Amino acid sequence: MRVLAAMSGGVDSAVAAALAVDAGHDVTGVHLALSPDRQTLRSGARGCCSVEDAHDARRVADELGIPFYVWDLADRFREDVVDDFVAEYEAGRTPNPCLRCNEKIKFSAVLDRAQALGFDAVATGHHARLDGGELRRSVDAAKDQSYVLGVLRADQLAAAMFPLGSMTKDRVREIAAERGFAVAAKPDSHDICFIPDGDTRGFLTRRLGSRPGPVVDAATGQQVGEHDGTYGFTVGQRKGLGVAVGDQRPRYVLGIEPVSRTVTIGTRDLAGIDEVLTGAPTWTAEPPALPFSAQVQLRAHSAPVGCEVREGPDGLRILLAEEQRGVAPGQSAVLYEPDAERGDRVVGQAVVRTARERGETVRH
Amino acid sequence: MTYLDHAATTPVLPEVLAAMTEQLGRVGNASSLHASGRAARRAAEQSRERLAEALGARPSEVLFTGGGTESDNLAVKGLFWARRQADSRRRRIVVSPAEHHAVLDSVEWLAKHDGADVTWLRVEPTGRVTPAALADALGDGTDVAVASVMWANNEIGTVSDIAALAAVAHEVGVPLHTDAVQAVGQVPVDFAASGADALTMTGHKLGGPMGAGALLLRRDAECTPLLHGGGQERDVRSGTLDVAAIVGLAVATVAAVGAREERAARLADLRGRLVAGVVEQVPDVQLNGAPLDDRIASGAGRLPGNAHLSFPGAEGDALLMLLDARGIECSTGSACSAGVARPSHVLLATGADTERARSSLRFSLGHTSTDDDVDAVLDVIGPVVARARRAGLGSR
Repeated sequence: MRVLAAMSGGVDSAVAAALAVDAGHDVTGVHLALSPDRQTLRSGARGCCSVEDAHDARRVADELGIPFYVWDLADRFREDVVDDFVAEYEAGRTPNPCLRCNEKIKFSAVLDRAQALGFDAVATGHHARLDGGELRRSVDAAKDQSYVLGVLRADQLAAAMFPLGSMTKDRVREIAAERGFAVAAKPDSHDICFIPDGDTRGFLTRRLGSRPGPVVDAATGQQVGEHDGTYGFTVGQRKGLGVAVGDQRPRYVLGIEPVSRTVTIGTRDLAGIDEVLTGAPTWTAEPPALPFSAQVQLRAHSAPVGCEVREGPDGLRILLAEEQRGVAPGQSAVLYEPDAERGDRVVGQAVVRTARERGETVRH
Repeated sequence: MTYLDHAATTPVLPEVLAAMTEQLGRVGNASSLHASGRAARRAAEQSRERLAEALGARPSEVLFTGGGTESDNLAVKGLFWARRQADSRRRRIVVSPAEHHAVLDSVEWLAKHDGADVTWLRVEPTGRVTPAALADALGDGTDVAVASVMWANNEIGTVSDIAALAAVAHEVGVPLHTDAVQAVGQVPVDFAASGADALTMTGHKLGGPMGAGALLLRRDAECTPLLHGGGQERDVRSGTLDVAAIVGLAVATVAAVGAREERAARLADLRGRLVAGVVEQVPDVQLNGAPLDDRIASGAGRLPGNAHLSFPGAEGDALLMLLDARGIECSTGSACSAGVARPSHVLLATGADTERARSSLRFSLGHTSTDDDVDAVLDVIGPVVARARRAGLGSR
């Protein structure tokens, strides 16, 4: 097959490209330039967006003896990922930009262009298993990235390759070291690539300016403080609320109302939810018949929880088997079919609109 | 492999390889006084004389440098500094926006860090700078430190009439620098006859080694050094002479200039067949730069080996990749250090829109080019353009 390997300059995509070459594919490397004003050198451990990262990717491609190009997708990335990220926070939601990037950039803009240019597949260094069109968790549970790929549809998965899904991150680094790749010991990237200093609140403040509003305690309805912008908060957040309530019990963000700019906080007992209403779902295969039982993961690094998936007013209604905290509108609810042997299979996902307590119990 | 990127670099001539290999086997610093040093100095000075003769310069006007970028930096910065030193009113630099980045970025650096004012020259749609445009920009010249206009453009191959431009500059007492990196060996270049005060040339565009070039600098031109040290090159450029590279540079220049007329005619024929063949398969292709048969007073108005084409609806990047996959090597023009394709500043300077600039490809022929190379392009260009168009211009 003619395979386009997306190469960030990190160790994962380097090894993924190498394995695609080993598998006998005709591989071309592409580095995606996603930032309009690229730094010459990396700052911190966030590897993907600097000229130095492009150089690292090119070095690996040269060692593999494959063609290598840089594709400038900065405009698309700004529109579809960065501006969306800002707008979501502005609307009081908590987006996942990595998931959006996979949906709109890597497996849409890049895949479309690759197919038009005659490539059969796009390979990336994501840690997830993909076999027979079925997307499953990586064997390395700690590094599993199936959550941020949960948004892919069957047609996108049909043209995707994730060569690393059946190995641990340690094994990936071993392979890189065996091959003498300079990136073998390169630190993992963290957080959000377009916020290289890791200061999301500072980034949003620069973009949105100061927009002060009240912090209200749910139990009393009283204003207990003021904030500079609702975008500095995420549902479930406990630290950095900047308020002191008389009883000294920990408070959590319960809700964000962007029009009145009200952040509502409350005690632990009020923070739990067991029902999630979503927007329109996407499915990795034929849409399953509703209702069905599954596991749902409600943010990037949380444990999955049992649930029943029903039809909802705008998408799905997910009834959780156990109460959860910190379920923020804007995050994706990724649904899994448990499979201890082959890895949990991703069924689909939908964006959380509302997370609340319900009056009835889940029937299993 | 079909190599059609001679404007980027061209294969080293066998006689250059032989001369350099011989010289590399010898010990001797050209500044040393003993026999080995004298032998090295003799080889360097013979090379200086041969190169000067080939380009219509005096040997004392040849300053060996590390290549075109260094020569451009030295000329632009050195002439600016020396002229402003002599008269503090001279802060203005008059320059074409279609210059190579070695000139552009030097000028912009001077503007940002050293108080220079920049006047951008009007550029014809062909990319040419006319004497009238230069005269307008210079005014009475009293506040101008230096003017710089390239002899032939590296992307679109357009040749400007340097003799006419130098005459205009000299009327108001302004020195003219010209970047002739692409011109030497392609069109007649005679430094004395051109009247230019400083001329940049380099070895690897004409069959010589990389990292070896020269600045031809009139003896009466004051130029402040960039590199300080042993003062080897007229006290304007320091650094131990790289004798083997200098020998290679001279051998290549003499060979390229000597064979120029015959080769130019041959390349112009091949280039004409290439363009005609592309037009046949892609009727809406656009030729950038001057017409193929354009003439100016000094001869050809366009480099004989240059074909710069825009393919509407296709992205230059995609075309390059598809051709590369089929063993054909060409260029989209100038790439920035990040490897991210930007619309060509040269095309934008000629008034082309962003889409035309982004959809362009440069084929540049050179001394090893053959009919087979042209055939190889014509065999695939139709389907390649069709496929690149399906991939679109990278936008929605």
